[in-house]
Parts: sequence; structure tokens; C-alpha cells
Amino acid sequence: MGVRGLIDMKVTIDGQEIDVEPGTTILQAARKIGGESVPPAMCYYSKLKGSGGKCRCCLVEVSKGSEADPRPMPKLVASCVTGCMDGMEVKSISSERVLDARKSVTEFLLINHPLDCPVCDQAGECDLQNLSFKHGAAKTRFIEEKRTFEPENIGPNIQLHMNRCIVCYRCVMTADQLTDNRVHGVLNRGDHSQISTAISKAIDNEFSGNMIDVCPVGALTDKTFRFKQRVWFNKPYNAHRNCDKCCGKTTLWMFGNEIQRVTARKDEYHEVEEFICNECRFDHKDTADWVIEGPRKFEKDSVINQNNYTRHIKPVVIETEHNILLGRDKDRKKISMTGVPMKPEEQKVLKEGNV
Amino acid sequence: MSIESLSLSGRKKEVSNKKMTFMESLYLVAIAKGLWITLGHLFTRKVTIKYPEQTRSLSPVYRGQHMLMRDDEGRERCTACGLCALSCPAEAITMKAEERKPDEKHLYREEKYASIYEINMLRCIFCGLCEEACPKQAIYLTKSRVMVKSASNREDFIYGKEKLVMPLEMAINNTKPQMAK
Repeated sequence: MGVRGLIDMKVTIDGQEIDVEPGTTILQAARKIGGESVPPAMCYYSKLKGSGGKCRCCLVEVSKGSEADPRPMPKLVASCVTGCMDGMEVKSISSERVLDARKSVTEFLLINHPLDCPVCDQAGECDLQNLSFKHGAAKTRFIEEKRTFEPENIGPNIQLHMNRCIVCYRCVMTADQLTDNRVHGVLNRGDHSQISTAISKAIDNEFSGNMIDVCPVGALTDKTFRFKQRVWFNKPYNAHRNCDKCCGKTTLWMFGNEIQRVTARKDEYHEVEEFICNECRFDHKDTADWVIEGPRKFEKDSVINQNNYTRHIKPVVIETEHNILLGRDKDRKKISMTGVPMKPEEQKVLKEGNV
Repeated sequence: MSIESLSLSGRKKEVSNKKMTFMESLYLVAIAKGLWITLGHLFTRKVTIKYPEQTRSLSPVYRGQHMLMRDDEGRERCTACGLCALSCPAEAITMKAEERKPDEKHLYREEKYASIYEINMLRCIFCGLCEEACPKQAIYLTKSRVMVKSASNREDFIYGKEKLVMPLEMAINNTKPQMAK
């Protein structure tokens, strides 16, 4: 390749062309384009090295391998771990095969996932919920009993719900790459694989709270926020504070004047922009600790925007004759006494009573 | 056609000021005509009912006061998921969730329950969207003819769980026919 390696490669995703650097994966190229053709991802996390390739949600069809070898790839490929080639043509949302595969993958992920969204704290910002809303079937065909685990306590800050876990390994990679001593991991194999600390140890690392943000489902949630509020009733604000351990840039989830939860800021793919430390996340629930920058914006169709009338509302102008809305001038004077000074005899009557 | 001569109902009659004849001034014919109309009304279908004894049948989509249901074992169904409050166009519903303690398993069906559940009946428009949104079939709008009882205080219209949750006796009665089978 030599010289060609330095030149940008042209990739076509759903008919949209984009030039990307060598080494870019199809998913990253699709995210550069944005919009509907971005494949969903449950395990891939751009900030974590080595993530991806496990959940198979991001399957795409490669209809033309490259300029040099234009044969299509025989099977659907996982876009998060497949590199782009020059002249590659990819079908994401435009392919019937891909949509069918995503539907099946969603069904597989939901086999062991409990349908307890009304109880789950992640509801409203859950990737699996979004995935099944977009790509899932309306009805389940699974009649067998779902796999369950004994509840396990992993410390005062993080709540583990193993039943909801889809084994994406994101939290394991977070602990590996952000903290210096990982105490939890995946035990057992296959259907029995389980996120756990080896001998019921508490996870208390300084950056362990990021596992909550990284988790695509409600398997790891904030214990200090447990059952406090549904996320769509909270008002999210961007805020920051001076923190010597992390960047200190967070999203505050307020209810009235109370800070109910602190999370890192997440982008449109629900990936955190910058990881935050546990002190910012769990210990500062007082508004005096934070500098509030302003309300945080979410995608237009996010449930978090529900019942928030933050749009600019223009006053309604009713085009009609002046007196129809206001009434006659003399009638108005009768009603609004304050605007019209009382006559002396009226004042007398008011003072002494009309006896 | 001008507005003066237009008849929207088709029954417009011109009123004239002409002098009555002698026969007309006796009003005999007019009285007889009027009595005939009165007599005719005796034989038409009655539009009123004898209210306290008789009541009209309710529409099949009638929506009365809310009730938070219990399941077959008498446990509260509501898990405080907030979907009723989210769907409520009048924003009448507020709630607060709490975690179920191990010794409360006979009281609440799910891990989470509503410790406070309030409906502001002054705001409620009885649209039934909460019932439609509920994923646990917990809130229902009953066929009760009593919608909201009058009161003199605004606070009295905020109905809490003591007024909304299905009484235990009712839950026991509901399971009885099943036990007989």
C-alpha cells in the first residue's frame, strides 16, 4: 500500500460517502456521518480500548469489499470491529438483512433480560430499551424461565442487578483501564457468566463509579439514587466544580433544589465525554458545591425531555376586534375597581355601610 | 340575500302589526290550538326519569374515580414507575417511590412501591390516560358514580393512597369466587 495508506479512504454507508483515515472502523465512519445509518452498539465504547464485537447489535452488510476486491462479504459483519477499506460500500439501515439480524439479536439479548423496566432505575436512558424500541419485536416468543442470580452487595455506592446484565464487559474494561486494581470480573461461563467480585468484596476504587455510566442496561446503578426518582422527572443541568482528581464536569439531575444524582456528561451515543471521580459523583449533593452552567440538552425524542417546557413559546396573538376579547370599556371599569377611582359618595357607602 | 331576510332555521316568521278581527280577538281558536298541542304532549315519549328511584345507564366508556388495584394476594400492584404521571395531560399525579423491605413482601408486589401516591382531583380531567399507560394494571378508573365529593378546602381534593388504594375487603371479595371453583 505504502503511499495509499496515507490517503483518506472513501467509504459509502447507505449511499452517503465519507473520507476516513485508515484504521477507522465502519461504526466510527457511520458515527461521523450520523443520523439513521449509525448502527446501535451495546458493548462497543469508543473510550474503552478493546471493547466491541460481543453483542452483535451493530451488524452491517458490506455489499462491496473494497476497490481492489469488490466482492461483497458473505456474512453480516460487526461494524465496531471491522476496519474500513478504500471504496467499501456498506448497507446499514437500508438493508433488509441487517434489520432482520438486529431484530434477532435484540430478541436474544432480551431472552434473559427481565422485563422490569417499571422498577429499573435505568429506564429512560437504557440502551437496551432504546434498541428494543427501535429494532425489537413487539412480542416475546420465550416461554422458558429466565436465568436469575442471587442479589449481591458490592459496596455502598453501586447497586448490582445481575439479572439485568447482558455481559458486555464494559464495566470490566472500565475497571481495567481507569482504576489500578480491578476487584470485579466475569465469573463462570456461558449462561452462568456473572459479574461479581470474587469473594463479595466491596468495589471502592476512586473511579469505580464510572461503571454506572458505562453500563448499557440497569445492571449497575447508583445506590444513592436508588428508586429516588424516574429520570424523566429530573431536570438535568451541566455543572462543574474544582476537583483535583478528575475534570469535575458533570450533569446534575435535580428535582426542585435537590441534587438527586450526579453523572458524567454523555454524548448522543450515551458515551461519557469525560470520566469523573467517585467524590464528585457520590459525595457532593449540595448545590453550593457546584457551578451550574445551564440545562443539559438531550436528543429530541429522548424521554428525558418529556414535560419540560424549555422551548421558547411565542405568545399567541388572536386576530379579532379589540373589544371582543377585552369587553366594552365601561364594563371593564365596573370590574377593575382599582383602575377607576371611586366617587366620593361611593367611598362613603363603602366606609359606613349601605344602611 | 340580506341578513334580515335570511332564515337559518327555516322557521322564521314575519311578525306583523295588523289589527285582529273580532273572531281572532276572542282567542277561542288560539286557546283551542294551544290546548291541542298540550294534549299532544301527553302522548309523546317522556324525556325525564324519576331520578332517585331510577337512574340512567352509564356509557360503556364511563370513567369514574381512580383506584389503585391489589392483585390476587392482596398486594398493591403499583410499582411507582411514573408512567401515569408522565402521561397525565393535566399533571395531576405525583408519587414517591420506596424500596420494599423484606418483611413487606405480602404488602407490595414489586421490589419498589409507591410510598406516596397523590392525585389532585381539581386537576384531573378523567381522561383515562393513566389507566392506559400503566404497565402493571395498577390504576383503574372505576365505574363509581361518585367522581369527586365536594369539599370546602383545596387540600381535601388531593387524594392520597388512603383514598385511592382498593380496600382490603374488596380484594378479599374479589378472590372469593375463584376459591369456590
